[in-house]
Amino acid sequence: MEKHLHCKDFVDTISSYVDGDLSEELCVELDKHLSECDNCRIVVNTLRKTIDIYQHQAENEKAPEDVKDRLFYRLNIEQFRK
Amino acid sequence: MINEESEPLNLKKVQSGDPEELTRMVQQYSDPIYRVALRMLNNQAEAEDVLQETFIKALRSLENFEGRSNLSTWLYRIAVNESLMVIRKRKPEVSIIHDDTGDEDNEGISVSQIVDWCCLPESEFLSNETRSVLNDAIQKLPENLRSVFILRDIEGLSIIETAQALELTETNVKTRLLRARMKLREELSVYFGERMSEY
Repeated sequence: MEKHLHCKDFVDTISSYVDGDLSEELCVELDKHLSECDNCRIVVNTLRKTIDIYQHQAENEKAPEDVKDRLFYRLNIEQFRK
Repeated sequence: MINEESEPLNLKKVQSGDPEELTRMVQQYSDPIYRVALRMLNNQAEAEDVLQETFIKALRSLENFEGRSNLSTWLYRIAVNESLMVIRKRKPEVSIIHDDTGDEDNEGISVSQIVDWCCLPESEFLSNETRSVLNDAIQKLPENLRSVFILRDIEGLSIIETAQALELTETNVKTRLLRARMKLREELSVYFGERMSEY
């Protein structure tokens, strides 16, 4: 990363940036930096993608039915299951 | 990711031990609790044990639940603590790994992988090999970073809810989340960077 100081500042705030958790003023400043710094743009894009693929992997992931059967049996409430 | 479409639970009925309401609670939360345990432990049998222990402990202490946090947050807390206990019980050499970097600073965050792999075909991100790489990468995280990432980014809790579930300050959650995300990004960048060379 060419502009070390500014890039370091960016990395410190990158998590809040991708969450949209920063003030408008700071966002404008970081957007400007991103438009000028290819490396930071790659870091932010791959960070977003990292979070996205973990979320996607977990979507619709359920406990197996036999695991649930044993859970309800252990809790002694299987007869109330609909 | 709690199923938001479910009818809200009647907490009073749950606390009074109404079996139908307890059943609804277990049905509503068994998937997310199992997912958390599986991600914490990467072992299906241990995840099942944690799932069962979480609800057994919850049912035993429901009457003392004061409602200072959401029921879901409280269940997540029990599940994470149960998972950490399982990790402690594993062979002595597999001790709990913490990220010892202070929670108040962002020192030690590494950015060495600068490869734009976002343009890979979607099929790359959905393959079984990728699933395995994702699991391996998350297991490499110290437990105190792993739990934050799982609750915030996989289960979709807010920063405040994650802080309540893990009994941390919001600042600590944000710091750990940054470290966890950046470590995972580095790991995935190594793998997907190699995949890029095949296109």
